[in-house]
Amino acid sequence: MFMLGPIGFATPLLLLGLIALPILWLLLRAVPPAPIRRRFPGVALLLGLQDDDAEADKTPWWLLLLRMAAIAAAILAFAGPVLNPKQQQAGSGPLLIAMDATWADARDWPRRLDRAAALVDEAGRAGRPVALVRLTDAPEEITFQSADALAPRLVGISPHAWSPTDSAAWVPVLPEGGFDTFWLSDGLDHPGREALMAALSAKGAVTVYESPRPVFALHPPRFNEGAIAIAASRLPVGAEVGVEVSARGPDPSGIERELARVPLRFAAAEARAEVALSLPPELRNRVTRFEIAGLRSAGAVSLTDDSLKRRKVALIGGREDREGLQLLSPTHYLRQALAPVADLMEGTIADILLASPDVVIMADIARVSQTDTDALLDWLDGGGLLLRFAGPALAASDVSRIDEDPLMPVRLREGGRTVGGAMSWGEPKSLAPFAEDSPFHGLPAPDDVTVTAQVLAQPDPDLAARTIAALADGTPLVTRKAVGQGQVVLVHVTANAEWSTLPLSGLFVQMLERLAVSTRPAAPEAGDLAGQIWVPEVVLDAYGQPQEAGDMPGQPGEALAEAIASGPGPALPPGLYAGSDRRIALNVVSDETVLAASSWPSGTVIEGLEAPKEQALKGLVLTVGLVLLMVDILAALLVSGRLSGLGTGLGRKAAAMAMVMALTTLTPVDAQAQDTLADVPKDDSFALQATTGLVLAYVLTGDGRVDEVTRQGLIGLGNVLFARTSVEPEAPIGVDIERDELAFFPFIYWPVVDSQPLPSAAAYSKLNDYLRTGGMILFDTRDGDTAGLSGGATPEGRHLQRLAAGLNIPPLEQIPADHVLTRTFYLLQDFPGRAVRSPVWVEAAPPDAEQVEGMPFRNLNDGVTPVIIGGNDWAGAWAVNGAGAPLLPVGRGFAGERQREMAYRFGINLVMHVLTGNYKSDQVHVPALLDRLGQ
Amino acid sequence: MSIDLQSRAETLGQSLPPLMAEAELLAATVMMGEHGRRRAGQGDEFWQYRPVNAGDSARSIDWRRSARSDGHFVREREWQAAQSVTLWVDPSKSMAFSGDKARATKADRASLLALAVAVLLLRAGERVGLAGDAAPPRPGRAQLVKLAVILSDAEDTAEYGAPSTTGIVSHGRAVFLSDFFGDLAPVEAALTAAADRGVRGALVQVLDPAEEEFPFSGRTIFESMGGAMRHETQQAGDLRDRYLARLAERKDRLAQLARATGWHVTTHHTGQPAQSALLWIYRALQGGR
Repeated sequence: MFMLGPIGFATPLLLLGLIALPILWLLLRAVPPAPIRRRFPGVALLLGLQDDDAEADKTPWWLLLLRMAAIAAAILAFAGPVLNPKQQQAGSGPLLIAMDATWADARDWPRRLDRAAALVDEAGRAGRPVALVRLTDAPEEITFQSADALAPRLVGISPHAWSPTDSAAWVPVLPEGGFDTFWLSDGLDHPGREALMAALSAKGAVTVYESPRPVFALHPPRFNEGAIAIAASRLPVGAEVGVEVSARGPDPSGIERELARVPLRFAAAEARAEVALSLPPELRNRVTRFEIAGLRSAGAVSLTDDSLKRRKVALIGGREDREGLQLLSPTHYLRQALAPVADLMEGTIADILLASPDVVIMADIARVSQTDTDALLDWLDGGGLLLRFAGPALAASDVSRIDEDPLMPVRLREGGRTVGGAMSWGEPKSLAPFAEDSPFHGLPAPDDVTVTAQVLAQPDPDLAARTIAALADGTPLVTRKAVGQGQVVLVHVTANAEWSTLPLSGLFVQMLERLAVSTRPAAPEAGDLAGQIWVPEVVLDAYGQPQEAGDMPGQPGEALAEAIASGPGPALPPGLYAGSDRRIALNVVSDETVLAASSWPSGTVIEGLEAPKEQALKGLVLTVGLVLLMVDILAALLVSGRLSGLGTGLGRKAAAMAMVMALTTLTPVDAQAQDTLADVPKDDSFALQATTGLVLAYVLTGDGRVDEVTRQGLIGLGNVLFARTSVEPEAPIGVDIERDELAFFPFIYWPVVDSQPLPSAAAYSKLNDYLRTGGMILFDTRDGDTAGLSGGATPEGRHLQRLAAGLNIPPLEQIPADHVLTRTFYLLQDFPGRAVRSPVWVEAAPPDAEQVEGMPFRNLNDGVTPVIIGGNDWAGAWAVNGAGAPLLPVGRGFAGERQREMAYRFGINLVMHVLTGNYKSDQVHVPALLDRLGQ
Repeated sequence: MSIDLQSRAETLGQSLPPLMAEAELLAATVMMGEHGRRRAGQGDEFWQYRPVNAGDSARSIDWRRSARSDGHFVREREWQAAQSVTLWVDPSKSMAFSGDKARATKADRASLLALAVAVLLLRAGERVGLAGDAAPPRPGRAQLVKLAVILSDAEDTAEYGAPSTTGIVSHGRAVFLSDFFGDLAPVEAALTAAADRGVRGALVQVLDPAEEEFPFSGRTIFESMGGAMRHETQQAGDLRDRYLARLAERKDRLAQLARATGWHVTTHHTGQPAQSALLWIYRALQGGR
């Protein structure tokens, strides 16, 4: 293609016509404007008068210029100018398409796929073998194959939720021989990228594609002084921009929804922004993930683990008979240790248990009333942790002396013992190292922790099993017993410093942590994780959507610790990992992550992903030429005197007409998007419009083209219904699910568009009401020609999954052959739209449905399916233009028309099903009824 | 057509209450119609008593007057006669011009004015005729119909008209309506001849506003209405000043001629209402006595 700056010409030879312009100049200049002939009696007075000059003999130069410009514009237009034409990729030989395919790619993955598809197509046309690799995959042999073989696989390629751990690992597996490379980079710097770049450059030309869209990354939220500190980073660093971070989690009924939302502003030239989110503990403990609203990327999602959870700890102290002596209070040290990391409450046992605490700590309380004991036991059965501390009161009481108290892990010996005191023998006892099976295993046992007094456990058979910490001489210090799903833990010393120095030491806090009394610090230590197998519970895909982990293998703690430090990888995708007693969130973006822009060696060809769009200028240039010709009309009138000051009516009309024509050609035709935004009037007109007749409705998706096709499709279906059935629908109505009342419509057609925002909670509740009260929604992903609903491989399919997550949709099944939808009006076997084979899903039949002997179908009498889900683009097949002719092609030739007919029949069956329910199923009883009547 | 023209003229004549009122006022001093000739003669009005001369018949003696004195007196009556007004409306092709579709042609306007004058005059009892032989001056309403027929049928092949003096009654009055764009020599000759015969009157130059303003520009070929004359110009706008100068010169010339012969002259534009021109003609005919 011939290029002039950014403009290319499709038929540059036509530009030679420009040479003719000077000739035209001469010709035009030689021919003066035609004179006007006027009848004028005063000519007698004019006879003999000479003109002052003969200049007007020739066309004025500016008029010439105008006409030349018009003709030049015409020549340019027909030469087919194209702004930013897609250059044919030069080169031959194999082509390697390398995609980073990271979480940062997910934000515009479809576009990257489009780009890759275009590259593959081009390579196919040029006969070049092509290979596509995701750098986030484990390096493997690269084999070039024909574009035909690769193209069908492209749709199914999805990004990974992690970054390439070491791109340089690909260097050894690069194929022999030269090849060109296109690198679809995510714009972030990854380790080993430079090495790979160098290797690729050595093989052949490398072109890099980068998207200018900013990358946002959400750092894990931290708990900071009573509020959740939320931080996010961005790349590139630019002007001030605001995002919204939403906290999601289950509501009390278990449905995941948005719990809070906080705006986060990036100041200009700041890469990182922080905001504090203060949530009530009830709400905060329910948050399972934070995400930057509206971004579909694993980097914009941060899962929360136990570190954000704040346990509710109930403190029950002994009698406060020694007023004023804070340091001697049995609960003082506990309160100090727990206040920053847990939500403390104090009160009576009966009151506290109503608030369902996670932990109840009883410091030196001996007797618990029978009612309280029962309540506590019930609570323990549900998974509570009762932590008891010994003390003088317990030592003096006879609790758990003879029989083991249900609220005590062991029986106690009377009196306890005192060592290392003024009146006793021996030294104060220090701690023994923690045993391996102890929850405290790994904690250091400092020497300065000494015990001077304690209660002693009876040496029962299971004492050893119940001991989780002991003194150097083997006497149990902490014992534990499981009760139901909960446990009772007894610390054999006081919670204050009276009997030991344990509460004064750091070990005390760590032990509380290990007992899951208090919350752990945000970042788990490598040592904490080591030695356990961590099983993924939830994993994130690159779009930040949680996926069931399924049967992914557990990973050793060491690997998890490394992944937390260096980022997730193929073996450890981001997600939530469960260990024995806690869950660890592995997020894509860690607290230290800094988004670094990739830098490329100078000379690398870098193209924006949004390569300047090819834009044909022909129409524009032709319009310019036309406008110039319009102006020429005026100018010619002016020159020839027919436009005397626009005074005469003719001149004025001509001018007005020229202006009107010029304006008409220039008016942009962009009214489509506007009517979707038109405000719905608040009065009853909408309701009246929707209820004066049967109205088929469709959901306004915000995509003007799709909405228009859907509208036209419902018009087409309405026409057919009108012609063939007694259903005579009014013009279809587009509904905004956020604002409009849905109850008026028996049937709503919902084309699933990737870009449609998810409905708000209010809209979801409205939709659920609608479905519950007998409405029907037909979801059409319109992707039956590419993928169908199989596994959400298309953006629409994925969007439908997200969309439907908030809807109360019953169990579905692929439409059975005897579903009533197959015979409500026509007898149908399949349900084609523009696509044919995509399966259609309806509400599953009740399991007890059985086929009656001699009947062609099962006895399915009740229930109209609330949703129908398919991907056949029915509206596209139904769509008609204003003249009633089909709008979009369906299939090929006569078979296509047959397919369209079947699509219409499906539509009729559908509306019949909506309006008559299972009436046709009831027909199976007709023989029986007739039988009975006959008697 | 003639009826149409007649009715329009009648309408115009009737729509002149101010003019009629003026005429009534004027009638106090000047009687149109059976004018007294300020000398003794045939008539109904008393003029003077005079002593009987030899030759007066006895029947002519006013005995009542004579009885009051010694002598015999004859009662003389004032000589009374109607005025003859001759109208000439330029029938040439140049009068068929109109600068705007909405405006009447000059010929239309000239005919209208002529007929309106005729209506007024005939109503006052004067004799009205057309120059030429077709309609010699006659009184009476029937004459009006005849005038209308002739005026509406008048069509000449000449580019520009020249007034004719035939049919003009000596010592009568005449009104020439034309654009006077043709050669002025015939006009001069006609005026001189008329003045020689004691005829006085008015020249009414009927012009279209376009002819007065020359609102043309650009390359133009001007043609006379018959197409006989043409003038091509590249810049019509440049000719405007010189054209206007020539027009003014022509008007001057007409004024000079009129002064020399004792006629009145005016210029009437078809863009203006006809009443003013009618009033002017009326006055000119009065004042000319």
